[in-house]
Amino acid sequence: MASDAIPLTVHKSSLSVVYEWLATVDHKKIGIMYIVYALLFLVVMGIEAILMRLQLSHANATFLSPQVFNRLFTLHGTTGIFFVAMPILFGFGNYLVPLMIGARDMAFPRMNAFSFWITAFGGFLLYASIFAGGALAQAGSAPDVGWFAYAPLTAPAFSPGHSTDYWALSLLVAGVGSIGAAVNFVATVLSLRCPGMTLGRMPLFAWMNLVMGGLVLVTISPLTAAQIMLVLDRYLGSHFFDTDAGGSVVLWMHFFWIFGHPEVYVLIIPCFGFVSEIIPVFSRKAIFGYPAMVAASVSIGFVSLGVWAHHMFTVGMPSYGNTFFVLTTMLVAVPTGIKLFNWLATMWGGKIHFATPMLFSAGFLFQFLTGGLTGVMLATAPFDWQLGNSYFVVAHFHYIIVGGILFTLFAAFYYWFPKMTGRMLNETLGKWHFWLFVIGFHLTFDFMHIPGLLGMPRRIYTYEAGRGWETWNMISSVGAVFQAAAILLFVYNMILSYFKGAPAGNDPWDAWTLEWATSSPPPDYNFAVVPPVRSRRPLWDIKHPEDPDWKYE
Amino acid sequence: MRSAAQLVAAILCAVGAASAASRRTAISPTNIFAPASTPARDIFRLSIFGLEIEGAIFVVVFSLLAFAVVKFRQRKNDDDVEPPQVYGSNQIELAWTVVPVLTVVVLFLSTARVIYRVQDAKRPKSAIDVTVVGHQFWWEYRYPQYGFVASNELHVPVSDPRHPTPTFLTLLSADVDHSFWVPRLAGKTDLIPNHPNSMWIDPQETGLYLGQCAQYCGTQHAKMLLSVYVQSREDFDRWVHQQQQPAVSDPSVAGGRVLFQAKLCFICHTVRGTPAAGQVGPDLTHLMSRDTIGSGAVPNTPENLSRWIRNPNTFKPGSRMPPQNLTGTELEQIAAYLSTLR
Repeated sequence: MASDAIPLTVHKSSLSVVYEWLATVDHKKIGIMYIVYALLFLVVMGIEAILMRLQLSHANATFLSPQVFNRLFTLHGTTGIFFVAMPILFGFGNYLVPLMIGARDMAFPRMNAFSFWITAFGGFLLYASIFAGGALAQAGSAPDVGWFAYAPLTAPAFSPGHSTDYWALSLLVAGVGSIGAAVNFVATVLSLRCPGMTLGRMPLFAWMNLVMGGLVLVTISPLTAAQIMLVLDRYLGSHFFDTDAGGSVVLWMHFFWIFGHPEVYVLIIPCFGFVSEIIPVFSRKAIFGYPAMVAASVSIGFVSLGVWAHHMFTVGMPSYGNTFFVLTTMLVAVPTGIKLFNWLATMWGGKIHFATPMLFSAGFLFQFLTGGLTGVMLATAPFDWQLGNSYFVVAHFHYIIVGGILFTLFAAFYYWFPKMTGRMLNETLGKWHFWLFVIGFHLTFDFMHIPGLLGMPRRIYTYEAGRGWETWNMISSVGAVFQAAAILLFVYNMILSYFKGAPAGNDPWDAWTLEWATSSPPPDYNFAVVPPVRSRRPLWDIKHPEDPDWKYE
Repeated sequence: MRSAAQLVAAILCAVGAASAASRRTAISPTNIFAPASTPARDIFRLSIFGLEIEGAIFVVVFSLLAFAVVKFRQRKNDDDVEPPQVYGSNQIELAWTVVPVLTVVVLFLSTARVIYRVQDAKRPKSAIDVTVVGHQFWWEYRYPQYGFVASNELHVPVSDPRHPTPTFLTLLSADVDHSFWVPRLAGKTDLIPNHPNSMWIDPQETGLYLGQCAQYCGTQHAKMLLSVYVQSREDFDRWVHQQQQPAVSDPSVAGGRVLFQAKLCFICHTVRGTPAAGQVGPDLTHLMSRDTIGSGAVPNTPENLSRWIRNPNTFKPGSRMPPQNLTGTELEQIAAYLSTLR
């Protein structure tokens, strides 16, 4: 139905390859550009993390000055959320959603290209501040206000020069790109599904991108508004966050976290989609409880809009306010638990084949369980009065972002790289990558909880001896080296396999969703003929005509 | 499933009972699991209860996952037949929805109880009031009942549970956000400009309790340390009496006192009993009664004090106090003057 309305974007070979990529509106090329762009920034933020871990490995270290350390954690956090996690997920979504629903492209291909380039420009702006931000002496040459940039630290009095302006404009610009991408995901999923693909038969990954798109639309807007207010405060004499003129800095916190918390779900929900595709294929079973999985994800999306102030348990909200946000935050645990149990039930009674994508997915399940439970601990407001803003929180959210999001992303790379390039990633290197990363991850982030319990606040560039923090910090720093080695191995594997990997064929994993029905890499138009869709697993139906899914659904 | 939960609970209780508070503070003087004041103890109890529930969930689900991963892996001699396809079960979905809901209800109710008990506690008439003002990067302590201001080292009386003398803190900020966190005494509460907050502590053992600023506040957020001296009532009253006095006026350091004015130190600092009444930096009236300088940055020794005055960046790069352009003699004179401010 939809493919008729979409113009083909077939490039002639007379155009140079570079021009082809710069000017493309093809969802697959844009997807790959998002992914490559995010991988570059992943390496940058990794280097920032290593520098910080060196500084924190022992007490009273002087390796980095406080000014440099503060810039590093600001850049690390901002880069990680806005220029690694979001673009890489948009990249996979862009590449896979049209293929999975049997469409030829995203709903608005030109806006898709615009969204990518404007997001890319945002990342460029953030790092341009290193060269251009130090307008005044002592002003700092990169943002140093932290990734949530609490007012009034961002006021001109405390943040002279232009580094904070670069930060604000960078997020403003990237936010425009995010909104564009979100509109595209929602429109594509709702209106470009191929014949037979009802919402109830859509792959869970497409569902997750629909939920994610909806969340982005609601949550990026307050962030954008807040950045505009901040720039107005700094240059046009408004007083939104100016406490000397009766403004409110708590207002900034509300604006930021009503973006900031749903943002966590913006990132993790597509990752739920990855594992919901990978676990069934490698367990050789249909996903358990598909309707429950959809319902749980949609309800996580809704509930996540009402939990933001659990980031603010220590800012002096009244007791009934704190109590309300304890309840909503704890409620998130229910649908999240449902999802975990359904993945478990999917594996139960299967024949699990532990190729690298499944290894990373299994790692995700264990780590997401742990990170979820430390999340429940933090939701207990009084416990958060102790743990909030300590290294326990840092360990908790890295458990979700690295142990959850990054692990599923690695799973997704090993699973879909063959589709994107036509070549398999090397399995031996993949297993080395997995085990090295597991060791590094657990050394760094398991032991990072402990200094938090022993009173170590986050964002300190050094600490005095005798607080019982040294050993744990040293172990965390050693773990970072393992993680770095694993990432280098991964990059090497991708380069090696891109040129010399084993040919993948159309369907290397014997999978069931539509993207495996076309060639690897797919042609510009994706499908010459879209296979018939009569169930959630159209390729299963083709492979098992004697026992098709549509008989049971 | 129940036996696993009970096992974990038993282990956690055993660990809790075996390690006395002293052992917990040996691990770290800022251990949140070594409470010495009612709010910290209420939080500690709630956190142990929560940890028991979360530990039980962890053990059960982790075991199920581990079992599934080991038991249902593909074997080498496996046939190529696909396993039986199961699409779901409403009964099972219902079960693992209802059980988490009940768990959440229990956790929520126990949490709400502690929130109200700590946050809405009544202030007894015998309470001490202290107004804490956060500055980049030091702490100001105002004692409105006693009419003086101290800096960087908070003194409070020990609170006997039979006649409690808790200390109620009003939290203000002179510039950006800070957070008051002394883990053994209470959870943290932020100091926010134009948004007064409050918290309370009732430490039940004398001693020095450490902590530090827990909300990023700029370059030297790391060296904005908290020291709370919990003293017997007599010692506390003696300290209050001493702090209420104006600065010692020692004629032998008159030269330093003049220089303190001439070099404009008074613009930022107060020395009560002299014209110096600046409010930007710490009150120096009883500087020598403090153990540290720079809000815990270094011990308060004559040598450190001289080096601090010459250039605070030596100890605390990014400190708001600028380096002082003083000759050697001038520095000696000012340091000598300050060292009389007991």
